[in-house]
Amino acid sequence: MSTPVLQLDNVTMRFGGVVALREAKISIAEGEIFALIGPNGAGKTTVFNVVTGVYQPTEGQVLFKGSRLDGTKRFKITKQGIARTFQNIRLFHNMSALENVMVGADAHHRTGAVGATLNLPWHRKEEKRGRELARELLDFVGISARMTETAKNLPYGDQRRLEIARALATDPRLLLLDEPAAGMNPAEKEDLQRLIRKIRDSGRTVLLIEHDMSLVMGVSDRVAVLDFGQLIAEGLPHEVQNNPKVIEAYLGVSEDAS
Amino acid sequence: MKGDGVTREESPTKRGGFAAVGHGIDRMRDWWENAKVWQRYLIYIALVVGALILPAPAIGTFMSPGSDWTTVLVYPIGTYILLAVGLNVVVGQAGLLDLGFVAFFAIGGYSVAYYGTQFGWNYWATVAFGIILAAVSGVILGAPTLRLRGDYLAIVTLGFGEIVRITANNTDEIGGARGIPGIPHPPPIFGTKFLIDPAPYYYLIVAAIVLVIIFSVRLQKSRVGRAWAAIREDEDAAELMGVPTFKFKLLAFAIGAMIGGLAGGIYAGKAVFIDPNTFPFILSATILAAVVLGGSGNLPGVILGAFLIGWLPERFRDFADYRILIFGGVLVLMMALRPEGLLPSRRRKAELHEGTGGMGTMGAEVPGPDTDVSTTEAAK
Ligand SMILES: Nc1ncnc2c1ncn2[C@@H]1O[C@H](COP(=O)(O)OP(=O)(O)OP(=O)(O)O)[C@@H](O)[C@H]1O
Ligand SMILES: [Mg+2]
Repeated sequence: MSTPVLQLDNVTMRFGGVVALREAKISIAEGEIFALIGPNGAGKTTVFNVVTGVYQPTEGQVLFKGSRLDGTKRFKITKQGIARTFQNIRLFHNMSALENVMVGADAHHRTGAVGATLNLPWHRKEEKRGRELARELLDFVGISARMTETAKNLPYGDQRRLEIARALATDPRLLLLDEPAAGMNPAEKEDLQRLIRKIRDSGRTVLLIEHDMSLVMGVSDRVAVLDFGQLIAEGLPHEVQNNPKVIEAYLGVSEDAS
Repeated sequence: MKGDGVTREESPTKRGGFAAVGHGIDRMRDWWENAKVWQRYLIYIALVVGALILPAPAIGTFMSPGSDWTTVLVYPIGTYILLAVGLNVVVGQAGLLDLGFVAFFAIGGYSVAYYGTQFGWNYWATVAFGIILAAVSGVILGAPTLRLRGDYLAIVTLGFGEIVRITANNTDEIGGARGIPGIPHPPPIFGTKFLIDPAPYYYLIVAAIVLVIIFSVRLQKSRVGRAWAAIREDEDAAELMGVPTFKFKLLAFAIGAMIGGLAGGIYAGKAVFIDPNTFPFILSATILAAVVLGGSGNLPGVILGAFLIGWLPERFRDFADYRILIFGGVLVLMMALRPEGLLPSRRRKAELHEGTGGMGTMGAEVPGPDTDVSTTEAAK
């Protein structure tokens, strides 16, 4: 078996008294669409934060393509090939859509102050390439018509797609999507489902957090369920769906979560 | 966060006049953005020509009846503009508050004074060395402090400005409190001698300003400028999109410092004499006021701000006793009526009306030093 793209090895994450993750073990293979589900506060976003270096796990380790990630600086993790979107959209609100994506593309650029001030040839080349890539990606996620618009003026669904384009611009092996369908209407959700498949087909692995069950069931290859920081089930979508523990976890919280 | 109307939100009653001016500026900006290359170059040429005929006596009698206009154009006006463009890199572009910018001005000035008088170095070598020294001290100041945010950074930089001045005051090697007299003037350029006549210095400072503006604009439009804007808007998100935020903040500090050092070098070349009191804290505050008053982040605004702050006190010398009072009053009024400055950039204006750049949250988490629980909850 080839090395998994991402592996969480008994990761525990504590915030004071709160245990957001308890000895989580997750292994994601190359080319999968892997969904992470669970009730509110289960620790899903915490998984993303641990993987992208926002937090250092209290215990355990994170392996990306077989090598340890914890301790690596955040921007370096991105450069190594992990990019994410945010549950609460965190675009650069006052930049245009194109510029947002260009910031992502810049992750692999090297021009510094000297190249820019002297307008050196490789700087111009990088700018041009970044701009082209950004255009392509806006087209790829389906919002190329809004290229010059300021990010915060985009409709909600388009902002979510812009976040995906920005993340893709860093050329990730592994893309982390945190509730990408939140706030989308059914038609947009359909589009999103197609988009996620397209991203996988372009050779990337996708880790998806999502509350919308029809999207999860429709798009994922495997599903893992978190509840109070613990992994309570993992398997094919329909297996998980019928797992009594999972049903209980969701019903158990639904009374006070509404 | 997502309020579309926020940018244009202006209460018509008390801001009517300002709003009208604002729309005029917006229209000019639109024109400029769509202007053809030759149109832009025409404007550039007109501006340079304007700068070159500015010292004309006819203009001077109106602009500065009480003192020599060309001298005023070199200092304070030209020097303030140079300093403001430098500080704008730090404050306007990277969004870092620096209250000790005068330190770099001092380092550039002392380099020219010290190496020129003690070692007889060529003037330009002392300027270049001053720029390097300023950059290095910018990095030394920034490396431990740029991990701090907001208020803390402001306090540390304020302290740095004072440390440099006090160190100069207590170091006999560089003249101590007595300062350094007899600083050599720049050597002639194309036969133009730099002596008592302020005109050559004026042209020198115009050249420096033009150069620094070109660099600044190029930076702004490059990966570097995008990184700064991203940091300003949402530092955590920028880092997670692959921006080495610390490195870019340090770079902003170093570049700002270099421009400050350049200004100091040119100043000392004209002044003949400097001492620690040439570089008081109030100068840091004045330049910061120029940047904020003009429109932090927008070069034309910053230049206008520096011009006004340099010029108005000279023009109204008759009211000398009330100068600081009037100055303070105007600043307070400005902040109340038009906090984004006279000529803000659109983006900075929007950021200001939002309150801050980038104080969102990443889910339920990352309560950074700036995020309080209520916004965290609201963002969910
Ligand atoms: N920085 C933090 N400090 C303290 N507690 C935190 C922090 N980040 C997360 N938590 C807690 O960890 C738990 C898991 O949070 P997390 O955001 O990972 O949940 P989630 O599964 O993403 O939930 P949701 O579906 O609501 O987004 C919650 O109880 C949360 O309050
Ligand atoms: Mg979450």
